[in-house]
Amino acid sequence: MSKEPVAVVGIGQSKHAAARRDVSLAGLVREAAQRAVDDAELSWADIDAVVIGKAPDFFEGVMMPELYLADALGAVGKPVLRVHTAGSVGGSTALVAANLVAARLHGTVLTVAFEKQSESNAMWGLSLPIPFQQPLLAGAGGFFAPHVRAYMRRSGAPDTVGALVAHKDRRNALKNPYAHLHEHDITLEKVMAAPMLWDPVRYSETCPSSDGACAMVLTDRAGAARAPRPPAWLLGGAMRSEPTLFAGKDFVSPRAGRDCAADVYRQAGITDPRRDIDAVEMYVPFSWYEPMWLENLGFAEEGEGWKLTEAGVTALDGDLPVNMSGGVLSTNPIGASGMLRFAEAALQVRGQAGEHQVPGARKVLGHAYGGGSQFFAMWLVGAEPPER
Amino acid sequence: MPDVRKAPLVVEFPFTRSLGPVQRAFLTGLRERVVLGVRTTAGRVLVPPAEYDPDTAEELHDLVPVAATGTVTTWAWNHAPRPGQPLTGPFAWALVRLDGADTALLGALDAPGPDAVRTGMRVRVRWATERTGAITDIACFEPYDGPPEQPAPHTGEFENPVTGIVAHARLDYTYTPGRAQSDHLDALAERKVVGERCPRCHKVYVPPRGACPTCGIATTEHVEVGPRGTVTTFCVVNIKARNLDIDVPYVYAHIALDGADLALHARIGGIPYDRVRMGLRVEPVWTEGAPHPDHYRPTGEPDADYDTYKELL
Repeated sequence: MSKEPVAVVGIGQSKHAAARRDVSLAGLVREAAQRAVDDAELSWADIDAVVIGKAPDFFEGVMMPELYLADALGAVGKPVLRVHTAGSVGGSTALVAANLVAARLHGTVLTVAFEKQSESNAMWGLSLPIPFQQPLLAGAGGFFAPHVRAYMRRSGAPDTVGALVAHKDRRNALKNPYAHLHEHDITLEKVMAAPMLWDPVRYSETCPSSDGACAMVLTDRAGAARAPRPPAWLLGGAMRSEPTLFAGKDFVSPRAGRDCAADVYRQAGITDPRRDIDAVEMYVPFSWYEPMWLENLGFAEEGEGWKLTEAGVTALDGDLPVNMSGGVLSTNPIGASGMLRFAEAALQVRGQAGEHQVPGARKVLGHAYGGGSQFFAMWLVGAEPPER
Repeated sequence: MPDVRKAPLVVEFPFTRSLGPVQRAFLTGLRERVVLGVRTTAGRVLVPPAEYDPDTAEELHDLVPVAATGTVTTWAWNHAPRPGQPLTGPFAWALVRLDGADTALLGALDAPGPDAVRTGMRVRVRWATERTGAITDIACFEPYDGPPEQPAPHTGEFENPVTGIVAHARLDYTYTPGRAQSDHLDALAERKVVGERCPRCHKVYVPPRGACPTCGIATTEHVEVGPRGTVTTFCVVNIKARNLDIDVPYVYAHIALDGADLALHARIGGIPYDRVRMGLRVEPVWTEGAPHPDHYRPTGEPDADYDTYKELL
């Protein structure tokens, strides 16, 4: 029996900010969920199940937040599932929701992801003082910066590429009213003049810490036929994971990421991603991850990703726009960051991305990763339903 | 049975909470000795109030004051209160439906013993002397035999509302590092670095975890590696970490010890930070009494060729 086609018919996100002190955690999640339900022109009663995701409970210190948030998400009498895969959780949450529709278990599913970082202790929550171990010396940026250096050595990329990415993404964010950072006076010179936090990663090339939530309404073919606006159709979706550390792990281009992309392309009939895919919204918390993921996802040969960035191919008006929304570099509520990537891909193929719309985007990839480059989640969405 | 290495692990954070409109009014009300509920779409009054209707998911706004007197709907006796609980001596945990409310609020009930508590008994709020706008402004409930209080009307608007609270959380664990890490620590005490080899893929893991993550099988064969190694990659850290007594900038490096099949992470010293490079040959620097090498320093050997460590990046 074939799978049920899955359509995205509602998308909502909060206004992201360093601190949303005006709302409770429930209020923040509700803001995104209400907008998604409104976008689909549905009511809470039309939702059959809720799938929710966030980063570790330690971040906000709310044990099992799905219990507390059930009221705000209209979950009475419905199944609620919680997904957790570190920073990729927003992506895998959406895929779990999509699978419930594809399996015809539920007709219409609300999926939500969030983080209220201003009320959280992400830094501490990730750096527990484990006895008998030397303390982590460097924080999240320090974990990833050596891998960026390894990429620079391996590819021979000029050391300006990271700044180009940060400048582009922060410029794109100016066109996205929901983005956290709106740096109207950003220039390439300012990006490059910023201090090195974890050399080779500059302050200006790291993601902010944000409060935010994202939600989507996913539905079946019948639901899509009733939708008031064009749906985004799921053409392929996959998740892969691998250990944080193992002998032979390629941190620059992890195998789990390559395999995950290959699975998505196989499902969607993509043979040449560079030619067949119109735009990519990928998880880039540190600027250099754009060229690294371009290679990992098959848009460039190994060692060649930075050439696309440098040539302007990944600019909003380029041949393969990357991170049209401004990306994680402009908005990073960790648990929601993966879903924001997936939602932006869907907005693009629906033609609903506003000022950051890529004209004629028909197939767009959404990508998320998490942990120590060990959890990957991706989906490819299209303006047309999958061929069967 | 051999001694098992163990140590306390305390995870303790002060979390902040923004309250939103409903909890803001509820907690500020407690500060002013006013208990506010919220009326649902169907007309029920929820205490404590919810932001969203548990039945219909509608957003709720209609705040209504209820009495500080009420009825116990069920209870359990707490023989041995733990630190941080509302009362230091034995008390009853009780669900109390305040007069005017349709749902019950959880609280401590100060009673001489379990024989003095029953479902249906009348109680009232005992207010804390110092109130800050927190649930602890209700010190506890106490037995009460007077008439139901009549709450005065209230809009739910207050001067200087409480907009956030700080919630302290603490978890106490006993951490045991296990067999493989204990063996590794025992060797470190003799200033040796010992890893474990996978019997299937033959990769040497340092520090060992007792299993090969690729093959999924136990590792037991000890292999001494290093002490010298090669810096495969690194970053220069310019921000001072909390609770870490290291001056910035310093170099945080991945070091492949000779004979190991993956890099471990350590600090580099004994060389200016801006002269550290990929391929630098290093060795551990031990300090008396410390369980791990303090840092690694250059050996003075020529740099390793990129091809010799590129697979370990």
